[in-house]
Amino acid sequence: MKKLFAFILKNNFVVVFILMQIFCYSIMVNREGFQGSKILNSSNAVAANVYQTASNTQEYFSLKQQNQILSFENAQLRNLLKSNYTAIPLKLFTKNDTLYEQQYSYLSAKVVNASVNRRRNYLTINIGKNQGVDRDMAVIASNGIVGIVTDVSEHFASVMSVLHKDVRINCQLKKDGSYGPLIWDGKNYEYCNLTDIPTHAKIKKGDTVITSELSGIFPEGIMVGTIDKFERKQNEPFYTAKVKLSTDLKIVNFVYVIKNKFKTERDSLEINTQKQIDD
Amino acid sequence: MTTEILKYLFKIITIILVQVLIIQNLYLSNYIVPYPYVLAILILPFETNKLLVLVYGLLIGLSIDLFNNTSGIHASAALLTAFARYYILKYVSPRDGYDKAVKPIVYDMGLKWFIVYAGSLILIHHFYFFYFEAFRFTEFFRVLSRVILSSVVTFGFCYLFQYLLYRQPNNNAK
Repeated sequence: MKKLFAFILKNNFVVVFILMQIFCYSIMVNREGFQGSKILNSSNAVAANVYQTASNTQEYFSLKQQNQILSFENAQLRNLLKSNYTAIPLKLFTKNDTLYEQQYSYLSAKVVNASVNRRRNYLTINIGKNQGVDRDMAVIASNGIVGIVTDVSEHFASVMSVLHKDVRINCQLKKDGSYGPLIWDGKNYEYCNLTDIPTHAKIKKGDTVITSELSGIFPEGIMVGTIDKFERKQNEPFYTAKVKLSTDLKIVNFVYVIKNKFKTERDSLEINTQKQIDD
Repeated sequence: MTTEILKYLFKIITIILVQVLIIQNLYLSNYIVPYPYVLAILILPFETNKLLVLVYGLLIGLSIDLFNNTSGIHASAALLTAFARYYILKYVSPRDGYDKAVKPIVYDMGLKWFIVYAGSLILIHHFYFFYFEAFRFTEFFRVLSRVILSSVVTFGFCYLFQYLLYRQPNNNAK
C-alpha cells in the first residue's frame, strides 16, 4: 500500500491526466446513453444565448437569400388558397370534417447556429420546451428535410442534422415507394446516400426522393432531394444512390418543427408489440 | 502577477470566442476544419505548474464542447494536448532551460522553434480529435486527409493570432 501511494505521488501528473481522461470519456458515454448528460450541448443557456446574439447580427447578411426562399414559399402557399379555386355549384362534394383529424402541426423557428463540416453536425434553434418542442420531433425547411430534435431546454433545442454520422432516416422513391435508409458519408454537405434500394425498383437519375411514413418521425412525402447517380455494388442485391439534398443546409435559416400528435400512441403500441415478441 | 493572469484570461476567452463565432462559421471544405483554439493551451507561460496546465486544458476543451455538441471529445483532445505539452516542451527546450522572461510565442522563441512546438501539438490534437469524432476505421484515409489539411490551416491561424494577441517587440535583438 505504501508503495502504491509512493508511486502515485511520484507520478501524480500521469495519474491526474488519466483520471481527467476517464472523466471526459464518462461524459461521452453518458451523452450517447438514454438519459444523457444534458449539460454539454448547445441548447444550454450560455452557448445558446451567445449563438443567439451572433445570429441576430449574421441574419442581415443573408436577408436577400432568405427573402427569396420565403417569397417562393409564399407563392406556393398562395396557390393553395381557397380563393384560387372556383366553387363547383353541385352538392356532391360535401366534406365531413370529422373524417379528418389533424395529425401533424408545425411550429416555426429560427436557426441560431449550424455546421456542415463536422462528422456530427448539429443545429440550434430558438424554440424549446416552452413552445412545445420535444425530443425526436422532425425539423424541415421550406424546401426539404433538415434533421431531428435531440435535446431541448426551456427556450432552445438542438437538432441533429441529416449530416450526422449516426442519422438514418427512412426515405422512399416518390415514383414507386421503394424505400431505404438515408445516411451521410461525410464527404460533401450537398449529398447523402440512399442505401438498400431493391434492384427491381426502376430507379432513374433525377427521381424525387421523399420521406417515408416508416421513419416514424417525418410525415410521409416531405421532399428530401433528387437522385444524382446510383450504382449496384458487386454481390449486393441493392442499389446505393447518391441523393442531392433539396435543402442547402449551409444557408438554412428558418425551419419548421413538426409535432406528431399520434406519436406517443404509436410508440407505446410498438413497444408493447416488441415486448410481446420478446416474451 | 494578477494583471498577468487577467491578461491570459482575456486572451484565452478571445481565442475561444473567435473559434466559436468566426472560425467555425467559415466553410472552407469538408476536409479543412481548423481548430485554432489549441493556441490557448500553447501560449500558457513556461513556468505554469504542469497539473494546472491539465486543468486549463480540460476547461478550455469543455467550453468548446459546450458550443459544439461534441460532449467531451474536445475536452479529451485538449487534455491530451496539455499533457503532451509538458513532454514536447522538455524535448524542444534550449540547453540551459527556458528564460523566465520569455513566452512560448513566435516573437520570443523564433519561428523554427514554434513550428516544432506548435506543429507537433496541433498534429497530436487533430489526429486524436478527428479519429475520435469519426470513430470508424472504414474512413481511415479520409480522416487522415482531414487531419493533415486541417492541421496546416490551424497552424496558419495560430501563427496569425499571435500578431493580434501580442504586440510586436520594437527591438530587433532576436
